[in-house]
Amino acid sequence: MFQNIGEMLVLFWRALAALPLAWRHRQKALDQFFEIGVASLFMVCILSFFIGGVMALQTGPLLVERGLGSYVGAIVGYSIAKELAPVLMAVLIAGRIGSAMAAEIGSMRVYQEIDALRTMNINPVHYLVLPRLTALAVALPMLVTIAIVVGWMGGALVASSNARIAVSFEAFFNALRSTVDLWDVANGVFKSFMFALIIAVVSCHQGLITRGGPRGIGRSVTKAVVNSIVLIVISDYFLTRILLK
Amino acid sequence: MNEAISNQNGVCLQVRGLRKAFDGQVVLHGLDFEVEPGEVFVIMGPSGSGKTVLLKHLIGLEEPDAGEILIEGQPIQSPEVMSQYRMAMVFQSGALLNSLTVGQNVGLYLSEHRLRSPGEIARIVTEKLEVVGLAGTEEKMPSELSGGMKKRVAIARALVIEPQLILYDEPTSELDPLSAVVIAEEIVRLNERIHVTSLVVSHDRDLAFGVADRIAVINQGRILTIGTPDEVKQHKDPLVQQFLHADFKRH
Repeated sequence: MFQNIGEMLVLFWRALAALPLAWRHRQKALDQFFEIGVASLFMVCILSFFIGGVMALQTGPLLVERGLGSYVGAIVGYSIAKELAPVLMAVLIAGRIGSAMAAEIGSMRVYQEIDALRTMNINPVHYLVLPRLTALAVALPMLVTIAIVVGWMGGALVASSNARIAVSFEAFFNALRSTVDLWDVANGVFKSFMFALIIAVVSCHQGLITRGGPRGIGRSVTKAVVNSIVLIVISDYFLTRILLK
Repeated sequence: MNEAISNQNGVCLQVRGLRKAFDGQVVLHGLDFEVEPGEVFVIMGPSGSGKTVLLKHLIGLEEPDAGEILIEGQPIQSPEVMSQYRMAMVFQSGALLNSLTVGQNVGLYLSEHRLRSPGEIARIVTEKLEVVGLAGTEEKMPSELSGGMKKRVAIARALVIEPQLILYDEPTSELDPLSAVVIAEEIVRLNERIHVTSLVVSHDRDLAFGVADRIAVINQGRILTIGTPDEVKQHKDPLVQQFLHADFKRH
């Protein structure tokens, strides 16, 4: 993976340089955007709802036992907004969308469709990478924003309905509001934007360097998902360091 | 129609000392040949002789280790030259974009470069599909087409560029004899109609002798002979004769 980082940076730079052409490729980006949304929204809601619930279930009884029940909303809200929603949704999207990107571009590479584009003087970075990059860079932060809200709802529902926690909806959100501010949410959403760039660049790069037949495509898909997740987790540490108040 | 698109004359192609190696294994050993404007030039040879690698150099998909390729005397490696002359390639598999319809595939060059309005593109697509005998297939997906139809769509896609040079990679491979004849007729008809320079890479002897003005026989990255079909047939080189007369007989 690490020997390809230079190539991935070059690909990212080329896609950035092509950003002025994004409007021209808006239809392709919109198609990608809706594909990402339709494929992922339901899963994002389910996943984030239960993450919120589990967080409340794990922390709630411990805090209540120590007389800190009023902090349940704060801890669940803070961890979901800043860490769990951006990272776990990025992992989900790497699996669902990154794999699809690598498979589609990889099969285009193997079956000479990308060579055909080049012979027509159509730049594959403009035609294939730019729309995917822009669509994911918009879609993932939106999905993470939804995931944060749904995760809070899941946490609040479990905290209020579980007898060992018994923190009301109102108390949960009061605690959440007193601790989590807009900066914390923006922090998580910004991380997801960076993760989106990582997923799109890694997956498109893997697709573009695919060699061989169906086995090569399968290998690219696996590498795209694994490399994306590894880079998401590593970059999460550095982003957290940079974004610490 | 802009000036570049309306120019229909074929171009002269020169290959000089073209050499290419992959991982130390030499695939092309300093090839030299010249294709005249408007000529159908066939490069024939057994599988693995370096034909497709040569073709990829001609279209700029590979960089040579040594030697040069000239179009009208100008090196093909220069981006200005690539944009100055219109070249098209018909891939062995057709290489149609599977996510697009036939019509979108054929009109892709015009729509991506915004050379025409959508209405004009639709008209040109219909016209080019008619030329290759596939009128009315605009809305079909490539997966709904037979191998022969895919190649004809690929030819239609190449025609939209109004090319001065068309490169065909194994145009009759994987086709039944009737479809192969249709493709061969298509190559000759286009050459006569728009005087495009055609370079065909194939191991199909019937196709080569049917369409070629001149033939080059290549083996293991070396050109064994270049000449008219009659000259090649009479060439004394045993490898040429072996390739031309290889036949299977059940004893």
